Amino acid sequence: MLRHLIDPLDLSKEEVISLLDLADDIKQHPENYREKARYKKLATLFYEPSTRTRLSFEAAMLNLGGSVLGFSDSSQSSATKGESIADTIRVISAYADICAMRHPKEGAPLRASHYSRIPVINAGDGGHQHPTQTLTDLMTIREREGRLSDLTIGVCGDLKFGRTVHSLIKSIIRFPNIRLVLISPEELRVPDYITEDELKAKNIPFTEVRSLDDAMAKLDILYMTRVQRERFFNEEDYVRLKNSYILTTDKLRPAKETLAVLHPLPRVNEITLAVDNDPRAAYFEQAENGVYVRMALIIFLLGL
Amino acid sequence: MLYIDSIQNGLVIDHIQAGTSMRIYHLLKLDRLDCGVAIIKNVRSEKYGRKDIIKIEGEIDLNLDILGYLDPNITIVVIKDGNVAEKKSLTLPKTLTNVIRCNNPRCITSAEEGIDHIFSLSEKGCYRCIYCDEEFHPSRS
Repeated sequence: MLRHLIDPLDLSKEEVISLLDLADDIKQHPENYREKARYKKLATLFYEPSTRTRLSFEAAMLNLGGSVLGFSDSSQSSATKGESIADTIRVISAYADICAMRHPKEGAPLRASHYSRIPVINAGDGGHQHPTQTLTDLMTIREREGRLSDLTIGVCGDLKFGRTVHSLIKSIIRFPNIRLVLISPEELRVPDYITEDELKAKNIPFTEVRSLDDAMAKLDILYMTRVQRERFFNEEDYVRLKNSYILTTDKLRPAKETLAVLHPLPRVNEITLAVDNDPRAAYFEQAENGVYVRMALIIFLLGL
Repeated sequence: MLYIDSIQNGLVIDHIQAGTSMRIYHLLKLDRLDCGVAIIKNVRSEKYGRKDIIKIEGEIDLNLDILGYLDPNITIVVIKDGNVAEKKSLTLPKTLTNVIRCNNPRCITSAEEGIDHIFSLSEKGCYRCIYCDEEFHPSRS
């Protein structure tokens, strides 16, 4: 049966765990997977710039022995001629075996999945969802903490437009005893569809705070995000809010020794460079894990 | 009491919120029907005090999703050979297709030609766009 990954909840909890197990094994024994996707093609349809996500998808497919085609900017695609998502994906379905789509409009990958004959992976849609980043985050959390349950997780920064945050919250609250501390300025709070339909409806304990300092001591995970210029319609709001929360070595002082600091990257200035040398900084291994989870996902969706 | 001829075969849309029957008449495109349609406004109702009623002579397919969304208190009465053959109560539909429109400028519905505007009923009881999860606010439409 044709499967897509559009929303993090498209994968059951059990499927997520088995994907993470597979990703762990790929990380340990990459040589066992070198021919796994031989003769298969991945189309990367990136209507918006990306470094990590696109290159990690391409690296993942190449590591599996497959090949890659696609575009990395909408100006290189026929979207500039006004072609619809529905038409594009119908054509791409004939050229590739699987595709990863990033689009500035929310819901574009879902639209594509309605017309596609190949698995569609949402590689980020506007400020909405980013389910493969979530797999990367979960792999890193499990690696660092040894579990995905009994965790106090602080998410900090732009929680309104931060698609990685929305996907992570939706996915991790399926595991037992997750407590969330949502740290953001008032203007960048988590959208209602997350607080109302996910957290309140499922009785997940959460607090919303304005200060990173108040939350630090109790956290097992600190998930930092960037305030993204491209999500704002108004430059003044961006300038006013971009420096809201900056993590420094001083701020980390009251934190647990076992804390893991995650960030989907790229960072601008929200984590100072000195924090990189702290053993609690996990964001570069998180970026590396992105390749392994995407390899696991390609294997899973192609049924290899 | 106001008397309207009873219908032999057709539908009665009963318990419409008083004063809203014309909106329903237009949304259901009843003006395009060739058969007889009676709009009865502001009559006494034991249940609601006042109500509107629409009677349609002839068999037609009604979009019950639109009706359920507009006014879940409505009752549909199916008349066959002058007798009540069936009564249907409406509930809020699970999905709405092209009944309301998404107003989120970041949503794919604002850019893609020919796309259906589809909303699903959330656990909270509001309608959210299936593409962007934005809640529909009637006041902003």
